[in-house]
This record gives sequence, C-alpha cells and structure tokens, in this order.
Amino acid sequence: MSALTAVPANILAAGTNNGAFVTPSISYAAIAPILIVLAAACVGVLFEAVLPRGQRFYAQVALTLAALLAAFIDVIAIRGHSVVTASRAIAIDGTSLFLQGTILVLGALAVLLLAERGVEPGSAIVAQAAVVVGSPADRRLASSDRVQTEIFPLALFAVGGMLIFPAANNLLLMFVALEVLSLPLYLMAGLSRRRRLLSQEAAIKYFLLGAFASAFFLYGVALLYGYADSANLSDILRAQNTSTQSDTLLYLGFGLLIVGLLFKAGIAPFHSWTPDVYQGSPTPVTAFMASCTKIAAFGAILRVLYVGFSVSSWNWRPIIWTVAIASIAVGAVVGLTQTDVKRILAYSSIAHAGFILMAVLAQNAQGQMDVSGLSSSLFYLAAYGLTTIAAFGMVTLVRDGNGEATHLSQWSGLARRSPLFAVTFTFLLLAFAGIPLTSGFTGKFVVFRAAYHSAAPLVVIALIGSAIAAFFYLRIVVMMFFAEPAEDGPSVVIPSALSSIAITVGTGATLVLGVFPQPLLDLADHAAKLRG
Amino acid sequence: MNAAHGIQSAAWLLVVLPALSAAFLLLMGRRADKWGHLLGAIVPVVLFGYAAMLFFSIKSESGQGRIRDLHLFNWIPVGGFNVDVGFQIDPLSLTFVLLITGVGSLIHIYSVGYMSHDEGRRRFFGYLNLFIAAMLLLVLADNYLTLYVGWEGVGLASYLLIAYYYNRDSAATAAKKAFIANRVGDVGLSIAIMLMFAYLGTTSFNGVFAGAGNLSHGVVTAIALMLLLGACGKSGQFPLQTWLPDAMEGPTPVSALIHAATMVTAGVYLIARSAPLFNLTETGRTVVTIVGAITLLYGCVCAFGQDDLKKVLAYSTVSQIGYMFLAVGLGPGVYAIGILHLVGHGFFKAALFLSAGSVMHAMNDRIDMRRFGGLAKVMPITYGVFVCGYLAIIGFPFATGYFTKDKIIESAFDKGGTSGWILGLAALLGAALTAFYMTRALLMTFHGAKRWEDDVHPHEAPRTMTVPMILLGFLALVGGGALTFGGGLQNWLEPVVGKPEEAGVHTISPTVLLALTLVVVAGGVAGAYLVFGRRPVPVTQPAGSPITVAARRNLYADAFNESVLMRPGQWLVRGLVFFDNKGVDGAVNSVAAGFGGGSGRLRRIQTGFVRSYALSMFAGAAAVLAVLLAVRFS
Amino acid sequence: MLAPYLPIVILFALALGFAVFSAVIATVTGPKRYNKAKLDFYECGIEPTPMSSGPNRFPIKYFLTAMLFIVFDIEIIFLYPYAVANRVLGIFGLVEIFFFIGTVFIAYAYVWRRGGLDWD
Repeated sequence: MSALTAVPANILAAGTNNGAFVTPSISYAAIAPILIVLAAACVGVLFEAVLPRGQRFYAQVALTLAALLAAFIDVIAIRGHSVVTASRAIAIDGTSLFLQGTILVLGALAVLLLAERGVEPGSAIVAQAAVVVGSPADRRLASSDRVQTEIFPLALFAVGGMLIFPAANNLLLMFVALEVLSLPLYLMAGLSRRRRLLSQEAAIKYFLLGAFASAFFLYGVALLYGYADSANLSDILRAQNTSTQSDTLLYLGFGLLIVGLLFKAGIAPFHSWTPDVYQGSPTPVTAFMASCTKIAAFGAILRVLYVGFSVSSWNWRPIIWTVAIASIAVGAVVGLTQTDVKRILAYSSIAHAGFILMAVLAQNAQGQMDVSGLSSSLFYLAAYGLTTIAAFGMVTLVRDGNGEATHLSQWSGLARRSPLFAVTFTFLLLAFAGIPLTSGFTGKFVVFRAAYHSAAPLVVIALIGSAIAAFFYLRIVVMMFFAEPAEDGPSVVIPSALSSIAITVGTGATLVLGVFPQPLLDLADHAAKLRG
Repeated sequence: MNAAHGIQSAAWLLVVLPALSAAFLLLMGRRADKWGHLLGAIVPVVLFGYAAMLFFSIKSESGQGRIRDLHLFNWIPVGGFNVDVGFQIDPLSLTFVLLITGVGSLIHIYSVGYMSHDEGRRRFFGYLNLFIAAMLLLVLADNYLTLYVGWEGVGLASYLLIAYYYNRDSAATAAKKAFIANRVGDVGLSIAIMLMFAYLGTTSFNGVFAGAGNLSHGVVTAIALMLLLGACGKSGQFPLQTWLPDAMEGPTPVSALIHAATMVTAGVYLIARSAPLFNLTETGRTVVTIVGAITLLYGCVCAFGQDDLKKVLAYSTVSQIGYMFLAVGLGPGVYAIGILHLVGHGFFKAALFLSAGSVMHAMNDRIDMRRFGGLAKVMPITYGVFVCGYLAIIGFPFATGYFTKDKIIESAFDKGGTSGWILGLAALLGAALTAFYMTRALLMTFHGAKRWEDDVHPHEAPRTMTVPMILLGFLALVGGGALTFGGGLQNWLEPVVGKPEEAGVHTISPTVLLALTLVVVAGGVAGAYLVFGRRPVPVTQPAGSPITVAARRNLYADAFNESVLMRPGQWLVRGLVFFDNKGVDGAVNSVAAGFGGGSGRLRRIQTGFVRSYALSMFAGAAAVLAVLLAVRFS
Repeated sequence: MLAPYLPIVILFALALGFAVFSAVIATVTGPKRYNKAKLDFYECGIEPTPMSSGPNRFPIKYFLTAMLFIVFDIEIIFLYPYAVANRVLGIFGLVEIFFFIGTVFIAYAYVWRRGGLDWD
C-alpha cells in the first residue's frame, strides 16, 4: 500500500533495459496531484495513530477534503501538460487530466456524503467494523456517534489509485493502480452501519470476484509481455507492426486484460457483482464506486484501446459490440424486475456502461479509431458521475426506523410527504433515461453520434434499450407520485449542509450540462488527446 | 430565410413564460392554492395576444419573407457540428401557435370552473402550463433535435395529466400505456434524427431539406418511415393507437386540449413540417396514407361500440387524425388541406369535449351514455354547443367539416388509380360511419327518456365554463368556412408546404362527390336515428352482434398487443433474469443433476452465490477469448 | 531460448529433491513415540483453544499477528533490489528508499498505536 512513487518506477525501468537499472527521470510537477492525494492518505493513517478518538472524525474529513481540493487545483494548474514520465510508465495528457479532475470532484462529493452525520448519528459508516454482528457491543455501538474513521484514508488511497489508473501507460503500473484502488474499496464496501451482514457479504463477494478479475488482468499482462517484450502500451502497439511472435499470444493477452478491465467497469457478462455490492455497501460508498471507480475503469479501457490496440481495432470490435449489447440488454431488461432502489440504480449503471462503451467503436472515414469516441465518452463519464452521486445521495435520505428504506414499495407516495425530494429525484431519473434538457440526453447524444457511422445497428439497439430502461425509472416515479403512501412508511430526512451540497452540485450539473453543455463539451474536446 | 426582427425576436417568451409559470406553480406549494389557477389561466391568454401580434407582423411580409429564423443559442457543439437552438417563425408554426394558445386559453378558462372543486387545481394548472411550453417549443423549433425536446416535453405533460387522478388504478395504467406507446414512437423519431446526422451532418430543417435531395432513395424512405413511426406514437395512429382512448382517464379539459386539439396532432405537424422529405419518397407517402386510412376506419368502428361518451369522442379523434394523415400522405398540394382539417378539428373536437365535460360535471362525473338521455332540456347551452360540434364533424353543409373533411375525400379520389379509389372509398365510408356514431352519441346523451340515477340533479355549468364553450361552438360552426374563405389558410401556408395543386382532372366531379358525400352522411344519420332514436335505450349493455362486441373491445387491439408484444417481452425478461441470477451455474448444476441423478443438487440452483457469479465471469471470459481467436483465425 | 533458465530449473530440482529426501528419510528412520501433547495444536506455549467442532479453528489473534508479520516482511524485501541497484540509482534512489521506509513506518505507527501489537 505504500511506496508507489519510488519502487514501481524502478522495477518498470528494469523491464525495458535488459536488467540494467537506470535512474528514472520523474516529472514531479505532472504527478503532483497523485502525490498530494497519496501523501494525504498517509497523513490520514498517522492521524488515526496519534489523534484521540474524539478529534479524528473532523480532522479526517477536513484533511480529506483539503487534499482532494488541493489536488483538483493542481490539476487545473497543470492543464495543458502533456508528458510521459517515470520511465514512460505514466502519461499525463489531456485525457488523464480530465479524468483526474473529474474523479477528484466526484471523490470530494462522495466524501461529503460519507461525512454526513445529520441523517444518522455517527454517519452511515459502522462504529467499529471488527465487532461481531448482533453482539451486545454491536447493539450498543449502533446508536453511538463513534465512526470507523479509517474510511477516509481508505477513500484517499482509492482515489490515489483511481488517479493513476487512467494515466498508466505501463500495464504493470496499471495493475498496481488497479489494486491500490480496489483493496480500499473492498474494505469500504463492508463498513455499513446498518444491515452489516449484507454489507460484509457484499465486501467478500466484491473481494473474491475482484481478485478473480485481477488474476485475469495479470495473466493478460504476462502474455502481452511475452508478445511484445514490454508491458508498455506504446511498445505493445509498435510490436503489433513489427513482432515476429504469434498473434495468438497477443489476442489471448488482450482478451484476458480486457476482461479484467470490463469487470471493474461493471459491463455484462462481468457485471454480476454490481447489484449485490451496490446494494450491500453503505450508500455513500456505493455513490463513490458507481461514479469514481467507473470513471477510472473507463479511463483505463480508453487508454488501453486507444494507445495500445488502435491498430488491431478490427479484431476487437466484435468483442466490444457484443459486450456493449449484453450490458445494455441485461441492464435495461433485468432492471425491470428489481424491487430495490439501489439495485435498480445498479442495473441502470450496467446499462450506462454499455452506452459509454459504444463510443470506442467510433471510426473516422479511413476506418481508424476516431477521437470523437474519446471526447464523447469523457463527457458522458463526467455527466453520468455527477448525476449518480446526486441520485445515491438522495437515496440516503429516505429512512425509517431500520435505516435507509430502499425497497420500492416503501417509496410509495413519497411525493406527498416531500414534493421537493420527489421532483428532484424524478429529474435525476429523467437524466438517467436520457430525456432532453438533462445531461443524460447530451451524453447519450454525443456518444451515439460518435458511434453512429461505424456501428449504426448498435445505436439502434441502444436507443431501444434506453427506451426500455426508461420504463423502470418510470416505475420509481410512479411509486413516488401515483401510489398511496403506506401507513408507517419512511420519511425524507433533511440532511446537513454536506449532503445538501453534494446533491445540489450533482443535480445542478445535471441540469446545466443538459441545457448549456458547451463549456464541458469544449473541454472534453480539448482534452481528448492521448500520449503513448 | 431572414432573421427575425422587431417584435418577432421576443418569440422565446412563448416558451419561457409558460415554463416559468409552470415551475412557479409546481414549486410554490399550498401558498399559491388560492390564486395559482388564475396565473395559470392568464398565461395562455397573454401568449395568444402576443401570437396575434406576431401573426400581423408576419402577414405584412410576402412569400418567403414570411419565414423568419430566430437564433437563440448554441446548444450542443461537438467537433465541427453544432446544434443551435432556434425558432422558425413561419405560417405553419404560427398557425399552430395560434391554435395552441387560442384553444388553450379557452380551455384554461373553462378549467377554472371545471376544476373548482378539485384540491389539486394549482398542480393541474402547473402541468397545463408545462404542456403549453413544451408544445410551443415543439412547433417553433427550427431543427429536429429541439423539436425532439418539445416532443418529450409534451409526452411528459400528457403522462402527468393522464395520471392526474392517480388514486384510480385505471388512470395509472392508462398513463403507463401512453408512456410505452409514446416511447416506441420516440425511438422511431430518435432513429430518424440519428439517420439525419449520419447522412447529412445536421438536424436543422433547412439543412436536412437542402441535403435530402442528394441522398439515396432508401435512406430518405428510411428517415420518412421512422418519422412516421414517431408520428404514429404521438398521434395515436395504427398500430400505436390503443393508448389514446385510455388517455381519457385524465380530466376532461386535458382530453380536449391535449388529446384532441393539439398534442395528438403533433404527428400531423411533423409530417407536414417534413414535407420536403416526404415529397421525395413515394413509398413513405403511400405508407402514411395507408396508416391514415386504416386508422380512420378503425376509429369509426370502435367509436360506435362505446357507451362512454368520452371514449366515443376519443375514437372519433383517432379517426379524424386518420383523415389528417391520409391528407398529408397524399403529397404536395394536399398538406395544407390536412392542416386545415387539423385546425378545424381543433375547434370542433374541443367544443365536443368541453360539452362532454359539462355533462360530466352535471352528472356527478358519470360518463355512461346509457345513464344520460333527455339532457337537451336541462342543459340547453351545453346541448347547443354539442350540436355545433356535431354538425361540424359530420360535415353538415357550411359547418367546418363540410369545408375541411370533404376536401380530403375529394383529394383522395383525385390521387387517381386504384389506390385513389380505395383511399377515397375508405374516406367516404368513414364519413358515413362518423355520421352514424356521432348521431348515436347525440341521441343517447341529449334525447330520449331520462335514464339518470336517483342521486343525480343535472344543471347547467357556471359562466366560466359556458362562455369558452359557446366561443368554441361558434368557431366549430363557422371556423372552417372562415379559414377557407378565398383559399385563406392554403395561401397562407404556401411558403412552407407548397402551392395548392391546380384543380386538374378530377376522378369524380366535385359536385357529384359533394352530393354523394352528403347522401352517405345523411344515410349515416338516418341509420343511427332508426336504431337509437326510435327505441328506448337499455340501461345495461345488450349482448349485441359480433361486430358490436368487437367494436366494444377496440377490435381486439389490446388483446393483440398483449399476446403479440407483451408476452414475448415478458418471456424475454424472465429468460434474462433467470440467466442473470442463475445463469451458468444453474445450467451447469442442472446438467450435473441430470447426469448424477441427484435431486439434492437441484436445490443448489440458487441466486446470490459468489461461485455462480465467478462461473458466469469465467464463461464470459472464455467467450471473449473464443470470439477474439475466431476473428483472428477466420 | 530457454537455455538461460536452465540453472534455475536445476536449482528447483535440487531443492525439491532435498525436501522429498528429508521428508522420506525422516519418516523411515525416525523413532515414533506419540503422546497427547505432540498431537495437540501448537499455540506459542499457551493453553490451546478448545475446539467445539472441527479441528481448524484458531483464535483471530494468531492471524492478526501473522498478517502483520507478512505485511512488514514483504515490504522490507523491497530493500534488496534497492541494495543491488544502489550505485546506479545514486542519491535519487537513497531519497526514494527513505520515503519508502517512511511509509512503512507510518503503517507501523498505526498498528502500534491502535493496539495491533498487544496480545490481550
């Protein structure tokens, strides 16, 4: 969990120089945002060690937010940078910086949700994770305001991994980043204050399947190394023109690699963990996973495909076609039968992952991968992440005596208890459904437009899929507006400023990006540049 | 195309004003309950005033100068491609703006009285204003994408208003049905828009129409058919017609405004607006006429099986929009006639619905015609307005339908050839059936013996309701004549949809056809009088002939949808859910159980096991590798 | 192509041979005198945890200690490659390895202060 800054660079350097170590040159300015976040995470661990329990919560929240803010400001400060540094292991270019900025903003919003103590004394995070569920100590702690404050450094480590993941130009570094972002998430998934068994089950499932997927990824890296004599993406690209090795090695390696990445992005048929983990995790953590992890994973997919495998795109297009269709179909159709709001949003995220993935199929007139695919997916990711944070943030507010009430039937008649809540949530659902004047429409629009020339039938399938998916968003709306409220149904809790900010920012961005998306579209256009 | 200037450049107010008022009404909460409806009702009146000023400012121009473009802002700029939000103010859009705000104002005022006992009145007016905003955006847009925004907006408003009485199950179901049918249509429209991008790189009306000439015939036809699918969804045309009659679950003013006069005619607008596209594709136009002809007959037949007055009117709307589709499908020169019928229909159908609403108001919200009868004496004003609408719809000489519908019948015959005869006869038959079912409705509601239940004490509606009704009744009677006077509306629309066709060779001489039409209409009226006017109407529904039964069941359209569309959909869902939950593990276990004969293993086909997830991932990975290698070595 | 790896294969073979040889020779030649203590679990000289069902349960404390040991063990192994490349990396390597040791100490401080090293 440590030493990312020094050792991997050394190891990676060793790979390309026949065993002779050389001092890597590192552009510290370019990787400063990553360093800030990881350093703050280390400080967070120290806080846990030295601060008395009473002070930890506020110190951690302040530290975490300050670090994310500082890193975000730094990302803005180094905009326009385009370097490949640390023995060509990290590429800081327009795309990395765009994704890093997005992850930092969304990470900060998710941390606001994590720190929310207005709806539940002590926040949504368990008081002490190691206490046996159901024991007297557990019952005593359930209503205390103690918190397992380690979740904040864990979140920072995860964000650190997410910042490296889409910028990694070397597959080994990408693997390290994958683990750095995943391991904290496995823990965070198990830290729910309510329904702890469900939460722990989710954590175990996520961990086991994540480890399984990592194995695929690593095996793929090994085979690609065998093919190209390097784990560097640009070397792998070059090898595809020059290598005398068998292509089988290349395609098997690519296949295994992409499976590992598709798992993280939650794309069918590698999605099976998504509903269970989204449902079981503490909702702020779900918000974090559904937005930040997804963006980081897509960042890595984009870099691998655009930098490492752009010349063999004709060979992998059928795969992307198939999994995109599978994702849209599974997300839209299976989502119809779900009865839990968090699970519905999980299936929705599977469908959305399919939509985003379509963008990489964009081709220009010469049949090469087109940059419009890159810029449109950047926009979609940012827009989707903001809407998702707001949506999960709102899910945390519907509560009854047992904590969050996420069963669909419990949401009946919510519009009458809290019209503002119902109207806002409906708006977010409309954005998921891709109704015009929401960011969801703009995002879908730019992605479909990018993919249309080279994958028209897929766009038609996606349009039909989004029409079906609209129906299960509608079910929630129907429940809220057109059903009689239950006698002892849940109520909508008024959150403190923290959650309110996160929800307001997410909802506001959903509206602004629907009505006036130009600045972000321009930014994504400018940012759509990759260095290999 | 000229830029908008002067008063025209404020046209954005047409959308912004009602949108703001809707937001205000919906977000203010109970504080605005006392006066909210008044604000909601004033807005369309103000808009109508402004639209009238716009009309005169455009009218003072001539020819192409009447088409004005108002650029608002740059909405979605992506890589050398822009979607600008702009309005096109031209005779066609202005006709709709006047219809929407004019009829809209009257119906808003009517609603003040109609909804006076409803505690959700403020919310109701909020939705209505939302509808006005979206509908005006739809007709004013100068590109297909902005039109799509309005298109979704009216869908949303319509959905909210159908489900307005949400504590009724039937209303919620009807709303869902409307939503699904509209989504199917929306997919069509969005595919059409995508096709425009792919082949033309633009969605603006000008760009698309200018570039359409260079496209291959197949592409134009595909775009046209997809537009038609969108139009069918929104306008309740075959095969997506079943939602419209169910939509009558909404309050009656909604039925009058949205599901009769304006929104449901958006499909006709879309096709008329896309006239330059449809002009290029014979196939596309033929399909439009077929859809129109089928729907107009379908609506007529279903209408005479209904006992619910609003349902009769709803099927009549389906059928009348069928006439409009038929007209706009006939191609260059007939578009204007379709629009003419649309406007006329807006008047008379609104009048009919408002009087139906007045009857409902008087009869404690009961709508079964078998429980009406003899209302003419109790509610003379309502009766008078209904008769005006009745005369207009059946095409009584010099009432609106006489000028508009008969023109469509004539044009259908004039198409020539076998198809012209088929379409013409269908339209003619439709006229007879229309006369039949409308006479039936008139007789059952207002004439004959009283069949009221004991607790009902019918009375004439309050002034806020009767005044708009009288105005609409008047319009229904004379509107058609006024609009066609000296070729009025057709000449006005000429810059947009093209010149009215010169009367060339007629298949049947107009005079003969006119006489023929009047004869079949009279036949329809007489037939209905013989069946329903001279015998007492039973209070309960008699068994009826097979045709009557089929008509009552909407010619089994719902049953068809259920068995052909819904069931396979459910099977698909069930299949995917099964695979998603149990999936590979389940399959493997079943096989293992099958081989081993161990029934205990079958119990393990459970959900939620990590191992089954892992196995499905493994199978997925194997499939990915297999495909990659297959591509590699193929 | 595989020639450079031959010594490694031979080393593996030797190690495997030695292990197998030792195990086999010990069972063949060694004296066999069992008593209860020998068959019981070895738990650092304290009373073994009573087993209710099945023989495989250890108190969590053992796992915690074992895990902490492995974590620090593995981290410190990184010092070896650094030592090998020390000359090439020069002052850069020295600074970086101090950062590395620093991060390990942060984890150590956390474990220590939060009672990870206390037995009870």
